[in-house]
Amino acid sequence: MSLRSAPLAVEAPERARDGLFTPEIRAQIDAHVAKYPPEWKQSAVMPALTLVQEWNGGWLTRELMDDVAAYLDMPPVAVYEVATFYGMYDLEPVGRHKIGVCNSVSCLLCGSEDLIHHVERKYGVRPGETTADGRFTFKEVECLGACRHAPAVLVGKTYHECLTPEALDKLIEELD
Amino acid sequence: MTDKLSIEIDGRVCEASPGEMIIAVADREGIAIPRFCYHKKLSIAANCRMCLVEAEQGGRPFPKPVPACATPVAAGMKVLTRSPKALEAQRGTMEFLLINHPLDCPICDQGGECELQDVAMGYGGDVSRYSEGKRVVKDEDLGPLVATDMTRCIHCTRCVRFGAEIAGVRELGATGRGEDMRIGTFVAHTLTHELSGNIIDLCPVGALTSKPFRFKARSWELTQAEGIAPHDAVGSNLHLHLRGNQVMRVHPKDNEAVNETWISDRDRFSYEGLASPDRLTEPMIKEDGAWRPIGWQDALIRVAERLKTASADQIGTLIAPTATLEEMYLAQKLTRGLGATAVDSRLRQQDFRGDAADPPLPWLGVPIAELETRDAVLLIGSDIRQEQPLLAHRLRKAALGGAGIVLVNPLPLELTFPAQQLVTSAAGMLGELAAIAKALRKRGSGSVKDLIAQANPTDRHTSAAERLKAAGTERSGLILLGALAAAHPDYTLLKALAYVIAEATGSTVGYLPLAANSAGAYLAGALPHVLPGARPGEAIGADARAMLVTARKAYVLWGVEPSYDFANPSLAATALGSADLVVAATAFRAPSLEAVADLMLPIAAFAETSGTFVNAEGTWQRFQGAVAPPGEARPGWKVLRVLGNLCDLPGFEYADSGEIHQELATLCAEVRPDNAPRGDLKVEPSLAEAGLMRVGTLPIYRTDPLVRRAAALQRTPGADVFAVGLNPALAADVGLADGELAVIRQGKAEARAAVVLDAALPPDVALIPSGVTGSEALGEQIGPVAVAKA
Repeated sequence: MSLRSAPLAVEAPERARDGLFTPEIRAQIDAHVAKYPPEWKQSAVMPALTLVQEWNGGWLTRELMDDVAAYLDMPPVAVYEVATFYGMYDLEPVGRHKIGVCNSVSCLLCGSEDLIHHVERKYGVRPGETTADGRFTFKEVECLGACRHAPAVLVGKTYHECLTPEALDKLIEELD
Repeated sequence: MTDKLSIEIDGRVCEASPGEMIIAVADREGIAIPRFCYHKKLSIAANCRMCLVEAEQGGRPFPKPVPACATPVAAGMKVLTRSPKALEAQRGTMEFLLINHPLDCPICDQGGECELQDVAMGYGGDVSRYSEGKRVVKDEDLGPLVATDMTRCIHCTRCVRFGAEIAGVRELGATGRGEDMRIGTFVAHTLTHELSGNIIDLCPVGALTSKPFRFKARSWELTQAEGIAPHDAVGSNLHLHLRGNQVMRVHPKDNEAVNETWISDRDRFSYEGLASPDRLTEPMIKEDGAWRPIGWQDALIRVAERLKTASADQIGTLIAPTATLEEMYLAQKLTRGLGATAVDSRLRQQDFRGDAADPPLPWLGVPIAELETRDAVLLIGSDIRQEQPLLAHRLRKAALGGAGIVLVNPLPLELTFPAQQLVTSAAGMLGELAAIAKALRKRGSGSVKDLIAQANPTDRHTSAAERLKAAGTERSGLILLGALAAAHPDYTLLKALAYVIAEATGSTVGYLPLAANSAGAYLAGALPHVLPGARPGEAIGADARAMLVTARKAYVLWGVEPSYDFANPSLAATALGSADLVVAATAFRAPSLEAVADLMLPIAAFAETSGTFVNAEGTWQRFQGAVAPPGEARPGWKVLRVLGNLCDLPGFEYADSGEIHQELATLCAEVRPDNAPRGDLKVEPSLAEAGLMRVGTLPIYRTDPLVRRAAALQRTPGADVFAVGLNPALAADVGLADGELAVIRQGKAEARAAVVLDAALPPDVALIPSGVTGSEALGEQIGPVAVAKA
């Protein structure tokens, strides 16, 4: 028996799943759950967290993580593990947009540090912080997989490559 | 595929089974491979990388060192654990592990018995090349049992895997990533699982240590003695760690047949009770309502004289089921020697109508280790996790292996394994079992015939019946009767129904003995209907309940605390209070004892006396006293020996407890555990279907006087909470809201407690625990009750 094959939890005391999230989100999570064998509902935890985070305005509360755990029959701590491991989940309130600058080696060599320092100076936010006007949350992220066009920045869901501080400024100005 | 194959480790040819990991073979051969994350009882994580070894297969070396814990053996494999390449890899891993590990060994409780220290000495470099800042991790409060120092954590994840795989409750997790990874609950909360103390042993470093033991002693100051756990019927094997004359802590001793490598928190932390200020340290006598010390000689002469002059039919001996076999044997020998027949150790039972038909030596029905290989288990009246934590773990293993577990209980349980729970009223338990019997097309005979005829099996009964029947054809079905069944007013009928179902399905019937030596009571004859050697007595004496219902003039209480150790404490208080003489041999003073006793004799507690416990599977486990009892307290067998002599009874000339053991062992030489009933009894159900019934569970840390005085265990959440659990519908009927104070009445007995609403409770059950502070004045553990607004 390994950790992987051990049932992570016993049947949780029946919690009203119908009341969780919205019917649309439940349907979308169910579509992901359907991709896996029935006893592996927990495999859908990442898409479920992504869906719920978007619904909640870009971040996850502990209650929402607990709800995801209940919805997928997982122990809550297993959901926290996933949500704290991956950079795309935010556990604190965020701005209207998210800007993630890659800090991994290729981007670092090609000037992502300049981008980070530039944002810090010009907008007064350190990685992990949100601008005072709530326009964006600034994040350092691990490798975006866009090394050939480093440095890369993720704005919302869009990749921007070969960026200079000026080009990044332009991108930020376009945000509402 | 099951053929053995041979591999070579460090030039030694070793036999191995296909699929085994290198480290398992090396461990068996006694070849040391360093490791942190690997543990034989846990899944393989291979995340510490400490066990890297060099290996080659078919003359071709693996390109890199391989982790011995995650590399399966293959025929002809050659492994080198101490080659330059392996040592280099191990030294490299060690250096990385030490980067973030603080150098606080001098103030670390693990210092001196730390796997990291040991392995760093054996396999690490002697100088650190790392001069940057180290990581610091905030500590978490995991409750009163486990102390944390998470900065010391090396992320082996043994504790996390223990939670997921052994405990079945994932309380700990590894959150964050890389440098920020930490082990914790994320949302601060207390560990509540009854086996959680085992993570202290699992933790290879000082991140998780014992909180009660914290800063009390260094490991090299301790000496080690062996012991047997004195609480549940598993009889876990223990290592007692002593300094001077004090038990400083308790660790498990490996015994695959009994406790594997685990012990329950109750077994681990109850030693704290030994140092309780309640300890009775000298014999005491009550004169004009005041207690004064009295010498042993004087005390025993007085006891003997008064016992000799008491009329034999007026003597009642009540022995705690945690007494040793030797104590039980001598106590009954003394009682019977005086001509009395009233001796009992089943203090929490109220239905004794089955005594004449009872099996001669009830036991678990199967060896403990075989619990986990059962295909179907029907548990009747057992809050198994609270009663027998390690048997619950065995059942969990069976359930995860696909066994069907069905429980018939008057309350819903929070289990750590999948099971079918048939939750019904206390009286309804008979109906549920009868329905299962009827689903098996069994008519039954005698007293259960009507019950079965009236039953209406539904799908769940049919499925439970089929599960048992399927398992029965493989001889691997088991029906277990637990402590709630034993406390049930219709225990006799529950037993009778269990036998009907067992016969119809080919299953085995087993008993979950209540306490450490409940099974031993049958061997020692500490029962009104059983003589030593588990021989049926000719005349059945008064049982524990009859002795109290018809009050006696003289009582001998052995290790009993009247307020908490009886099924009906108010009845006990009345009966004992009206007696002319109550002699209490006890390790602890207690208000309820001082109120009724005339003489208190201090006896040795757990770890202070030699003795024998017979566990659920019938294994005799003998142990020696590890420390001396405090003050004037003496081992119980010595007290009884002198008392026997002073009463001029023959056969009390023992030089040591070994002689008593030997005498009893000779009497029991031919005795084998046997659950076959000796007869059939016609008894009527004593419980009416209607009416509110108290269901008195016995919380895990309230089972005996020792554990009730273990400070840290008492601080765990829910350890000692007196409350009334009610179904919301019922509470609404009597006008009680959640948290409101209710008055509980059982006949004349009365108590007050807050209401806790629980929609999962059956509508006619009032869940009122016994053994907890506040429950002293109440009546039967399971019996009619009235609840009203206070």
